[in-house]
Amino acid sequence: MSNNNSTNTSFLNDAGNRALIFQAVLLVVVVAVGYYLFHNLQANLENQGISTGFRFLNEPAGFPILIHLIEYTEADTYGRAFVVALINTFVISLMGIVLATIIGVIMGLARLSQNWLVARLATVYIETLRNLPLLLQMFFWYFAVLAALPHPRDSIIFGDFFLNKRGIYSPNPIFQDGMDFVIVAFVLSIVAAIGLIVWAKKRQTLTGEWFPAYWTSLALIIAVTVLAFIAAGSPVEFDLPQKSRFNVSGGMVLVPEFVAVLIALSTYTGAFIAEIVRAGILSVNWGQTEASRSLGLPDGLTQRLIVLPQALRVIIPPLTSQFLNLAKNSSLGAAIAYPELVAVVMGTTLNQTGQAIETIGLCMLVYGSLSLSISFFMNWYNKKMSLVER
Amino acid sequence: MKSNVGKILTTAAVAATISAGASAATLDDVKAKGFIQCGVSQGVPGFSNADEKGNWSGIDVDACRATAAAIFGDAQKVKFTPLSAKERFTALQSGEIDILSRNTTWTYTRDTSLGLDFTTVNFYDGQGFMVRKDLGVESAMELDGATVCTEQGTTTELNMADFFRKHNLSYVPVIVQKADEALSAYASGRCDVFTTDKSGLAAHRSKLADPAAHVILPETISKEPLGPVVRHGDNQWKDIVTWALFVQINAEEMGISSANVAKIKADTKDPGIRRLLGVEGNMGEALGLNADWAYNIIAEVGNYGEVFERNVGPKTPVGLPRGVNNLWTEGGVLYAPPVR
Repeated sequence: MSNNNSTNTSFLNDAGNRALIFQAVLLVVVVAVGYYLFHNLQANLENQGISTGFRFLNEPAGFPILIHLIEYTEADTYGRAFVVALINTFVISLMGIVLATIIGVIMGLARLSQNWLVARLATVYIETLRNLPLLLQMFFWYFAVLAALPHPRDSIIFGDFFLNKRGIYSPNPIFQDGMDFVIVAFVLSIVAAIGLIVWAKKRQTLTGEWFPAYWTSLALIIAVTVLAFIAAGSPVEFDLPQKSRFNVSGGMVLVPEFVAVLIALSTYTGAFIAEIVRAGILSVNWGQTEASRSLGLPDGLTQRLIVLPQALRVIIPPLTSQFLNLAKNSSLGAAIAYPELVAVVMGTTLNQTGQAIETIGLCMLVYGSLSLSISFFMNWYNKKMSLVER
Repeated sequence: MKSNVGKILTTAAVAATISAGASAATLDDVKAKGFIQCGVSQGVPGFSNADEKGNWSGIDVDACRATAAAIFGDAQKVKFTPLSAKERFTALQSGEIDILSRNTTWTYTRDTSLGLDFTTVNFYDGQGFMVRKDLGVESAMELDGATVCTEQGTTTELNMADFFRKHNLSYVPVIVQKADEALSAYASGRCDVFTTDKSGLAAHRSKLADPAAHVILPETISKEPLGPVVRHGDNQWKDIVTWALFVQINAEEMGISSANVAKIKADTKDPGIRRLLGVEGNMGEALGLNADWAYNIIAEVGNYGEVFERNVGPKTPVGLPRGVNNLWTEGGVLYAPPVR
């Protein structure tokens, strides 16, 4: 821009040049302040004899973690404990997001239902959960779940499943030789199913002929996998849970901390999502539905092809915020012993090493990246959906 | 280099809090503001616990009160900051509190790498296990496969892990952010075992609905010397807090209590006691205090024996025996250097 009208103005009066100078000054100030803070911090930490740096990540942690999806023992390092906690945070966030979306969509639709009772129930659910603090709800679910369940000695038993205050115990499948073959067959059947769906879509656009691709591919995947499993000689053995002196031992266990956090996060966020879904659907003009019906489309297709794509454009941006909230709220799990990032890194690790700045920095970095990834994905999805608009 | 990048990222957020704690002369700051800011627990009966009116009491509270008595001649000039285990060191590092007196275990790592100094020990403790009586467990060695509840951010967490590893016992750890919620989880049956320092077990047991239904197992699995902590590098402040406690131990050894200190000060001919109580010379001067600093500690807070009996002794709900926390002359390990 500055090149176009720089004929008569002096260098300093040129708007483009001025903008550049201001930006440069701002940059210098920001860098200087940042350097000052950093330098000040370094000097003070040194004065107080507080250790700095990330060397502690290679030192043995020495503490146990209740839930670890990768191998972890007390002899492992703080770095590995960090990864374990990171996985726990990811797992609870992703499962929470999926569950909250399902609950939100169902409750949002229920609140719009013609059925008086269903609509009122949904309203009560939404208004109650939206208006109570999440931490309170977490404690409620944790202690309510614990109070309702029996002591390990009086476990509720269904076959090889046990249910008590310590969690839900189920048989743990242990893969034997030959399972690789089954997994390969499973993956190949999925690839084939995707191919089938693509082919069916193409044919429908070209010829108008319809083919039940989804049901066929589901049947295909199940049939191929089961056949492969039988052909390989059922290569799975189960580690069965058994009663021991204190607990049920062996098998797979789903602990109450995980269940409580998941329920609290998904029902709480679900209530907000329900309102977003309701708003989205109400934003689509009733005339659209009428027009679709007059074309002879059945109700299911009207919702899927006409209302939902338009509603999604309204729904996605606020939905993104709810997903971000959920991911960040997962940190409250620390209060009820769910070993997620804040509990393990800012709780135990910080206390054993005393390195507040490094550990808090690590946590900020993780939550920052987690939120940004969700944002990027949702923005991409939003763009994809808004292309539908003409 | 890698560590530098991380530091730059977080510098802006936390630099302000850390730099606030950089000033050296805590005594001057405390004198200027007129009270001591004392970091305590969120409620451990006998150590630091607030009643319904918000009055704090306990052994750890008295450590701060003794320091206040030494400086101001008034044990009430203390303000308390309740802290969770995981908050406590940061609160002291950042200068939010002047003394951390929160049943904190003196360990090598904490003393050397946190920028903190442990003054001295005001309670010798050890970690133990509490279980329900009806489980029929008599020894910690029988705990294979048990679920264990404990508070996060304590030495307890590590000792527990070490104990189970050393004896090759399996266990399920449930580590809760706050002691009270860890206790609730235990009370609700989530865990078979609750573990913390034995004094803490006794204190927490007194909070349970039916204390008699729970037993503390005989094993002591660790050494837990508890004591007040100050920031590293302020030697004068560390000396004051240390000697406030030494005065109390010496007073008990010399038979001086809050009841008789005024009379002894007036009557005694013992040069040691005369020096201690500021009748002869000025022992307080070296600490930047008045000559009657020790007198004030004993008069206002009492000697160590009084503090112990009042807060955790057999007649209190916590009900701990003197045990190892007795004077060296009585078979314990309390041995304070002489005031001379």
